[in-house]
Amino acid sequence: MAATAASLRAMRGRLTRVFSVLLVAAAVMAFGLVRHGHAADDALYRDLGETAGIAKIIDAAMDNFLADPRIKDEFDNINIERLKSRLVDHFCVISGGPCRYAGRDMYAAHKGLHLNQASFNALAENVQFAMDKVGIPFRTQNRLMALLAAMQRDVVTR
Amino acid sequence: MTRLFAFLVSPFRSLAIALVCAALFGGARGAAADDLFDSGKLLMTGGVSPIEGAGGGGLVPWALISGYGTRDAIGGNVHYTYVGLNDYDLQTGGVAVGLFDRVELSYARQAFQTGDTGATLGLGRGFTFHQDIIGAKVRLFGDAIFDQDGWLPQVSVGAQYKINDRYATVKSLGAKDDTGVDYYVAASKLFLAQSVLANATLRATRANQYGILGFGGDKNDDYTLQFEGSLAYLLHRQIAVGAEFRSKPDNLAFAKEENAGDIFAAFFVNKNISITAAYVMLGDIATTKEQNGFYFSLQAGF
Repeated sequence: MAATAASLRAMRGRLTRVFSVLLVAAAVMAFGLVRHGHAADDALYRDLGETAGIAKIIDAAMDNFLADPRIKDEFDNINIERLKSRLVDHFCVISGGPCRYAGRDMYAAHKGLHLNQASFNALAENVQFAMDKVGIPFRTQNRLMALLAAMQRDVVTR
Repeated sequence: MTRLFAFLVSPFRSLAIALVCAALFGGARGAAADDLFDSGKLLMTGGVSPIEGAGGGGLVPWALISGYGTRDAIGGNVHYTYVGLNDYDLQTGGVAVGLFDRVELSYARQAFQTGDTGATLGLGRGFTFHQDIIGAKVRLFGDAIFDQDGWLPQVSVGAQYKINDRYATVKSLGAKDDTGVDYYVAASKLFLAQSVLANATLRATRANQYGILGFGGDKNDDYTLQFEGSLAYLLHRQIAVGAEFRSKPDNLAFAKEENAGDIFAAFFVNKNISITAAYVMLGDIATTKEQNGFYFSLQAGF
C-alpha cells in the first residue's frame, strides 16, 4: 500500500514536471507561431476557398448582418452589392490572396459609424456563423478572426 | 454574512438559482447592442468560475474580467462547483460582476466537507470548514482577445480576502490566522490564430490549502510567491479543453502541502450557461494522500 502511494506520488511529481515543461514549450511555440503568422503567404486565402470561397462567406455574412437587430441599422442607405465586393477584396488581401483592395482603410471606413465594441463583436460573430454555414473548419476560422480582431481598435470609435 | 450566503453552498438550491438566473438573463437578451447589459463579448471570452470565485479557469484566476459585458457594459454570473475528492468534498458557490471590462468584484463561499475522514483526523465525522472569499480584480492594460497583432497580454491585478470559520481548528493544526489576503497578478493572452488561450498568474499568499486550513503556519508564516498557469485549446466555438497547474506554499508542519493541477473541458451552451468538467489532482491534504477527483461546475450569467 505504502509502495503504491509512493510510486503514485513519484508519478505525480513527474507529471507535474512534464506538465510544466509542456506549458512553457506550448507558450514558446504559440509566440513563435504568432510571429510566423505575420509572414506573407497565401495559405489562409487558399484554406478559405480563394476568391470564390470568400465571396460565399461574405454573401452569408451579409445576410446575417442584415438580419441581426444589433447591427442591421448600420447598413441603411448603403450599396450592399458594392460593400460586399469591397469586403471580398479586403478579406482576400488580408488572407494573403492576389487581390487589390481599393477601399478606404479600416479607420476611415468606419469612423462615421461610431461603432462600439458590442457591434464589432456582433459583426465578428456573424462572420463566424457565415463560415460555419459555408463549412470552413473552426481552426481556419480562427486564423481569419485573428486578423479581424486586430482591426478592433480602428473600427471601434465609441 | 455567513448565514446570509449559506444557501449558496447547498447544491440543489444553487442549481435552482443558477437556472432561474440563466432564464432571466436569457429573457433579457436580444436588447440593443448599446444596452448596459450588452452580453457583447464573444462566446467563451467570459471564462468560467474558479473555486475562489474570480473569473478564470477552474483553479486559476485569469486576467480576463468576468461576464460578457464589453467595455461599455456590465456583465455577471453565478456559479456552483462540486469537487468530489478521494477523502473530501469541496463545494463552492459564488457570484461575480464585471464592470466595463475593467473591474471585477466577486464573492464565493466554500464548504470543505471532511465526511468520514473527519473522524480519522480527529475532527469529528462530517466536520466542515467554510470559507468566504471576497475578490476584486482590475485590468491594468492589454486586451487578451483583440490585441492579435502583438505579443502584449492582458494584465490584471487582484486580491482575495478570505475568511475561514474554523479558527480553533486551524490554530490547532499550526496555522497562525483564520483570515488572509492573497494578491495576484495575472497575464492572459488568446493566440487566436492557433486557437490557444494561455494564462500565467503570480500569487503572493499565506493560505494553507487555499485558506481552508487557515493562513500562515508553524513551519512558515511569511508570504510566498506562487506560480499558476493554464493552457486552453479551443476545440470548437463552444468547447475548450486544457490543463492547469498551481503551485502552493507549505506552511504547516503537521502535513505537507503539494502543488495542484487539473485537466478540464468547458462547454459553453451560450453566453448564459457554461458547464465545466475536470479531473483535479490536489495532492496531499491534511495528511491524507493524493486527493484526486472529479470537478463539476455550472455557471449562469450574461
